[in-house]
Amino acid sequence: MSYMTALHCRECGREYEPGPLHVCEFCFGPLEVTYDYDGMRGKVTRKRIESGPPTMWRYIDLLPIAGDDPIEMGTGFTPLLRAENLGRELGLDELYLKNDCVNPTWSFKDRVVGVAATRARELGFTTLACASTGNLANSVSAHAAKAGMDAIVFIPSDLEQSKILGSAIYAPTLVAVNGSYDDVNRLCSELAGRYPWAFVNINVRPYYAEGSKTLGYEVAEQLGWQAPDHCVVPMASGSLYTKIWKGLTELHRLGLIDEPHTRMSGAQAEGCSPIATAWMGGTMNIRPQRPNTIAKSLAIGNPADGYYALKTMQETNGAAAAVSDDEVVEGMKLLARTEGIFAETAGGVTIAALKRLVQSGVIRRGERTVVFITGAGLKTPDAVMGRLAASLDIEATVESFEAAKREVDARVSAAPATA
Amino acid sequence: MVRKRVRFTFEGDLVKDPVIWQMGRDFAVVTNIRMADVEERYGWVILEVDGEPDEIDRAIAWAETKGVRVDPITGDVVEG
Repeated sequence: MSYMTALHCRECGREYEPGPLHVCEFCFGPLEVTYDYDGMRGKVTRKRIESGPPTMWRYIDLLPIAGDDPIEMGTGFTPLLRAENLGRELGLDELYLKNDCVNPTWSFKDRVVGVAATRARELGFTTLACASTGNLANSVSAHAAKAGMDAIVFIPSDLEQSKILGSAIYAPTLVAVNGSYDDVNRLCSELAGRYPWAFVNINVRPYYAEGSKTLGYEVAEQLGWQAPDHCVVPMASGSLYTKIWKGLTELHRLGLIDEPHTRMSGAQAEGCSPIATAWMGGTMNIRPQRPNTIAKSLAIGNPADGYYALKTMQETNGAAAAVSDDEVVEGMKLLARTEGIFAETAGGVTIAALKRLVQSGVIRRGERTVVFITGAGLKTPDAVMGRLAASLDIEATVESFEAAKREVDARVSAAPATA
Repeated sequence: MVRKRVRFTFEGDLVKDPVIWQMGRDFAVVTNIRMADVEERYGWVILEVDGEPDEIDRAIAWAETKGVRVDPITGDVVEG
């Protein structure tokens, strides 16, 4: 059952019909979905949720769709893994990884696009659109294919072939725009107002963003209906970060968990860190940046939800960390080496930021900490190419193998012991 | 006639230059400041610009040559 009643402006509170709108006409504040929480109380129960499908749609009552016919691709309810090895290495007693690499298009974007696409179809749209350099384009293309909708995906013309492949396979209309990142931004903002398409992160953004709440719901449910003590979340626009917190507070509002005292910390790459920079500078004024980092999936220089992310950080006594590209690669390698998870660069950012926050004492040893891994490593193989151990090249003889093995054993015994 | 909403960001000495006034004088556009936050060395302005589409584009391109950063008011829409 739907409990969505309206859209409202986050700044001035004005209400709007829940249509394809994203900005307040009066103050230009972002619009957010209004729910009838009183109506949910007593009806949206743990039992009802637990009897739902093993996907993010088990939380359908808490999502902004009018009907009960979501575009179901098996997204969500991804594993929450106890990371004992990584925890031991970093000095944390209770560390978990929320592994969103295992979604249908291998990133958390399937959550937001799943909601946006479903709502767009309800609103009568037949075309999904987006501007993206990777994960978002993959997910929009796949959801359109599943839903029998058209997809139109704008990409910068210099985007590598390997990144185009993950979208092209679903047969969207791919438009390669000859221009800079800023040019693509500007063009798509204009086109969103001109064509009858659902631009998932523009005119249906209020619905799109709500999909990220499901990460908060899942973590709480998987921890036995308890909020964690600390979350470490990658930040691009800042939306994912704020919505995970919103998910936890909604569960409390409905009486499904105790009041969360979760500290929300955010991770960015130094080469695109407008939110972290503002946080560390002690200002709520976010200065746009020109992205220059290998963590392309987090490269948003002018983050739409940056201000709200800073507010959440303040409210929850969290923190932000910005890490170098070298740390990103080391973070990817550390996660793979200790927990067997190959994450994309955003995962490297988050693990490196986790390490930084532990070392600086922000995250304490005893805090039950959840780190969000939002995309799979095969999407960004270039980041680690050439930075991994080479293979042992041998002849097809036992002697050749044993000679190589002796060399490796000697190298291992000469290496300094790690803690 | 169309209306475009953009966010201008000014850094450093540019804060002191009357860029918006000059844009309205040198191009056939009408500017309307809807929101702003300007400090000594940094500021942003949400601006409505009315005019013919080509003239608006020319006016905004000129502002960029003066060093103003121009963004959509919704933030970046190109996502990874």
